[in-house]
Amino acid sequence: MTALLDIENVFVRYGQVNAVRSLSLHVEPGEIVTVIGANGAGKSTLLNAAMGLLHADGGLRFDGADISSWGIERRVESGLCLVPEKRELFGAMSVADNLILGGFRVEPTERTRILASVYERFPRLAERRKQLAATLSGGERQMLAMGRALMSKPRLLMLDEPSLGLAPRIVADIFDIVRKLREAGVSILLVEQNARAALNVADRAYVMELGEVILSGGAQQLASDPRVAASYLGLH
Amino acid sequence: MNARLALPLAILVAAAIPVLPGIPPFWITLLNNIGLAALVALGLVLLTGVGGLTSFGQAAFCGFAAYTSALLTTRYGLSPWLTLPVSLLVTGIAALVLGVITVRLSGHYLPLGTIAWGISIYYLFGQIEMLGRHDGLSGIAPLNFFGVSLREPATIYYAIWFAVFAASICTIFLLDSRIGRAMRSLRGGRVAAESFGINTARLKLIAFVYAAVLAGLSGWLYVHYQRTVNPTPFGLHVGIEYLFMAVLGGAGYVWGAVTGAALVTLLKDILQRVSPMLVGNFTQIDTIVFGVLLVLTLQFAPRGVWAFLRNLAPQARPRTIAAAEPLRRRAPATQGDAPLLGVTGLRKQFGGLVAVNDVSFHLKAGEIVALIGPNGAGKSTTFNLISGVARPTSGSVRFAGHDLSNASAQECAKLGMARTFQHVKLLPEMSVLENVALGAHLRGHAGLFASMFRLDRADEARLLAEAARQIERVGLTEHMHKPAGSLALGQQRIVEIARALCLDPRLLLLDEPAAGLRHFEKQNLAKLLDGLRQEGMSVLLVEHDMGFVMGLTDHIVVLDFGTKIAEGKPEAIRENPAVLQAYLGSAA
Amino acid sequence: MDSLIFLFLVQDGATNGAIYALLGLALVLVFAVTRVIFIPQGEFVAYGALTYALLATGRVPGTVWLLPAMGLAAFAIEMIGKGSRMSGREIATDAATHIGLPVVVVGATFALADKSASALTNVLLTLAMIMPLGPYLYRIAFQPVADSTVLTLFTTAIGVHLAMTGLGLAMFGAEGLRAGPLTDARMEIGPLMLTGQNIAVYVATVALIAGLWVFFEKSLYGKALRATAVNRVGARLVGIRTSLSGGLAFGLAAAIGAASGILIVPMTTVYYDSGFIIGLKGFVAAIIGALASYPGTALAALFVGVVEAFASFYASNLKEVIVFMLIVPVLVWRSLGAVHDDEEE
Repeated sequence: MTALLDIENVFVRYGQVNAVRSLSLHVEPGEIVTVIGANGAGKSTLLNAAMGLLHADGGLRFDGADISSWGIERRVESGLCLVPEKRELFGAMSVADNLILGGFRVEPTERTRILASVYERFPRLAERRKQLAATLSGGERQMLAMGRALMSKPRLLMLDEPSLGLAPRIVADIFDIVRKLREAGVSILLVEQNARAALNVADRAYVMELGEVILSGGAQQLASDPRVAASYLGLH
Repeated sequence: MNARLALPLAILVAAAIPVLPGIPPFWITLLNNIGLAALVALGLVLLTGVGGLTSFGQAAFCGFAAYTSALLTTRYGLSPWLTLPVSLLVTGIAALVLGVITVRLSGHYLPLGTIAWGISIYYLFGQIEMLGRHDGLSGIAPLNFFGVSLREPATIYYAIWFAVFAASICTIFLLDSRIGRAMRSLRGGRVAAESFGINTARLKLIAFVYAAVLAGLSGWLYVHYQRTVNPTPFGLHVGIEYLFMAVLGGAGYVWGAVTGAALVTLLKDILQRVSPMLVGNFTQIDTIVFGVLLVLTLQFAPRGVWAFLRNLAPQARPRTIAAAEPLRRRAPATQGDAPLLGVTGLRKQFGGLVAVNDVSFHLKAGEIVALIGPNGAGKSTTFNLISGVARPTSGSVRFAGHDLSNASAQECAKLGMARTFQHVKLLPEMSVLENVALGAHLRGHAGLFASMFRLDRADEARLLAEAARQIERVGLTEHMHKPAGSLALGQQRIVEIARALCLDPRLLLLDEPAAGLRHFEKQNLAKLLDGLRQEGMSVLLVEHDMGFVMGLTDHIVVLDFGTKIAEGKPEAIRENPAVLQAYLGSAA
Repeated sequence: MDSLIFLFLVQDGATNGAIYALLGLALVLVFAVTRVIFIPQGEFVAYGALTYALLATGRVPGTVWLLPAMGLAAFAIEMIGKGSRMSGREIATDAATHIGLPVVVVGATFALADKSASALTNVLLTLAMIMPLGPYLYRIAFQPVADSTVLTLFTTAIGVHLAMTGLGLAMFGAEGLRAGPLTDARMEIGPLMLTGQNIAVYVATVALIAGLWVFFEKSLYGKALRATAVNRVGARLVGIRTSLSGGLAFGLAAAIGAASGILIVPMTTVYYDSGFIIGLKGFVAAIIGALASYPGTALAALFVGVVEAFASFYASNLKEVIVFMLIVPVLVWRSLGAVHDDEEE
């Protein structure tokens, strides 16, 4: 079986700085994989490069196809989708318009169908469909960002710090949704600072430091690794 | 060839051209036109290339000086030499008025504003009775130099090119000075410059007036060369042409102005002579060619032609740092036992969102205090409120006996707060030395004129010696002359610390100094900060890396969702249940 | 003041103001979507006006050759840039929009250009010749520098303005042109006599603004344009190509420019370089509207038109000075206003 996303020996440069160095990582169909690490470790850079927002050198394959020269829109069409750290919603537009635009690359009839299923998954968004995105609360924004991403029928959803700035109860909801998405057949690549929560939901994990993977393995195994506890849970 | 000889050689060649046998007269005319245009383009180099401000209205400034001199010489019979200072003064005042209105505007409003007044002033010239309306004024006296009339192109040539070389050299001197460094920092953004006490609005205004006065000088020479004046050469399209020259030649380089002026003037001449043969009686082919060339230049050579030519010219060696009398240090704060920094009830709201919620803490002289918390906890906002980058909704900040609650970043810098940035804000093309010297801006005194005429060397030597001393202190001496952008990220963070030290601060504010550093780099940084503390420095740092903070700091303040949830000694913080909860999250 | 003169000036100002409103809206649209300060907007006005005026006399305007030339240039750039990475279908689509379309328009022009052609035919031909120039222009001059600073884009726009003015002279000559009115209808309201052309201006302005509103609120592509203006990164992430929204915005701006030209050329003689000043007055409105607000820009445009009408009545020599100086108080107010953040520039 080929991996859904296969990143091999990838470098990403910011000016003269190597933000990601010789990094390899893969996500199998149906998996939840998490990447944890400190601020500035290069986690977001990695996701942005996979999505095509940043240029990357090295092997980048999605579902067996070499996507390194593809534009973002082609990656979206083939089922790759990113929910960025800053959410990047259309603040001055309604919730419904945000979702509809999420399905920009989808056939119109299909779009209506997916919209209904997104509203079903996030009843909160259905209630607020006419409200402007900028007026939503932090948790609702994250839901809208995920809902918008789902509108493009993703096969791999990349989530960048979905728990950022959210109260613990809402974080629990978000991770619950992540689990349910996997049950619905969407693979997940999750980047998180909230290491404990991420390791709890994931199947496998990578630990990044200074643009490189320094540890990888099963999520449970890493959660009990003393090195991880020391660096990312703040305990000695 | 030695770099020092290039300029005198160029001046010698320029001086010899008119007396060389066999030089056709129209070459001299062309060279005169090039020189006149180069003066205006030189102003744009400082304004646009260095300061990042775009003006399409420079031709109007030529007009102010030209009309002033024309009016005073024809109507009142004044000598052109007397009208020179008057013309430049009128131009400078006009620029000051327009500049006060437009220079503080962000990005695109300035060029739009210059278009608006560029057109208006052109129309005004054509409507004023005293200026002869559209016909203009004629019969203007030629220049006369100690009895030698500069009526002929080959004689005024010397006046024009003397002005070009003198202005270029003054501009080179200016750029290589305390004021010039500050001007060059304008492109790197307002926040970093103002954190070192640089008054960016005032500097932009100075650059604007400087550029206008150079345009005025060109206008004054023009009017006594042509000896007639009408509104046409001061219209908007001519203003656009000057900007085109600067962009084509290379707006970032002094000699880019001369290069651009030469290329455009020659191209125009060739097109005007060639086009009737190619396309009949069609006279505006130069407009099309210029338009297309401008677009192509921006796409393929955005740094201009000089960026290529300069590689052919000999390169100057990095300067040596002369020993100089050290700069005066700040008097130690005399405030008894009061804390150096006291933050009380600090609050910041963005709309309904409370980013910082009534946070209080203090820092004693000689302490290292850390502000920690998860991402989005409000650490950076708190930091910006303390350093004057943002204003609090309520609450107070007291520093060294002063109330800084509503102070600007500049005022904070003056009182001895120096900071670094989470996202490194260095000028990547400037050398490490010059970046660091920027930190000492407030400790120097040389002004605009001292810098232009090289009267600032003692002051400058002291600033550079101080910068070199701080670079040595943080251990980067071997990288001193490299462009800052060529250093690794970790080293760039250290450069920022050296720059902050140059301010002679009472308090160092460090925003995530360890982010993106390798393990041994973190250890070195910790060692450096510990050493500074032993010398009596106080440090407030925002940090994410718990391990780094635990070993180094005297006192830790923990924020979560904008609220202070704990503070105390590192050992106590480590065991604090609220802190563990915040860091691990309840989803665990 | 005589109330009749007052009413007459207001009406005159409102007619011009309506045109400035259209141009101002196009400028705001282009700036919001692409960050380009679209100085060449005025050239589209002149091209539209002169193309229409020539067609009205049965002549074939030079614009008809500019269209295939720019289409070909845009196509060539596209192919050199990424032709090797495009599928056959994509290349075919590209060829159709850049080469096929101009060929059809050239054919239609030669078939239909005739003294007896109806005004509607000429309007449609004019729009068909001018509108595609917008996306082609975007592809050639702006897309390669789409990610640079506002200042670079602005300077590029100035270069395009120079080239287009020169081309305008080459295509239309130095003589000004004027066309007959779109309709001869007249209407009296109290003491005022509204000509058919006045009414056409009002109707067309209202119809275009309503059309734009429907486009932005109801259609997917309209929403995509708004989305790009609101959040560029977000738009890219949902698969809206920057080149698509840029081209679309330029197409709309070109169409609005051409329509404005068609509306004014029966009222005033238009020269190859008249567009610049007309376009800049749209700018004055857009600046007053802060380059952001559509209703603000439309209102400011009416104000600019009325001020201009009064200025030309009381101080005709200083008309332009007065109109352009209108932005000074706005700029002063802005410079005194809130902290400006130019960090991202």
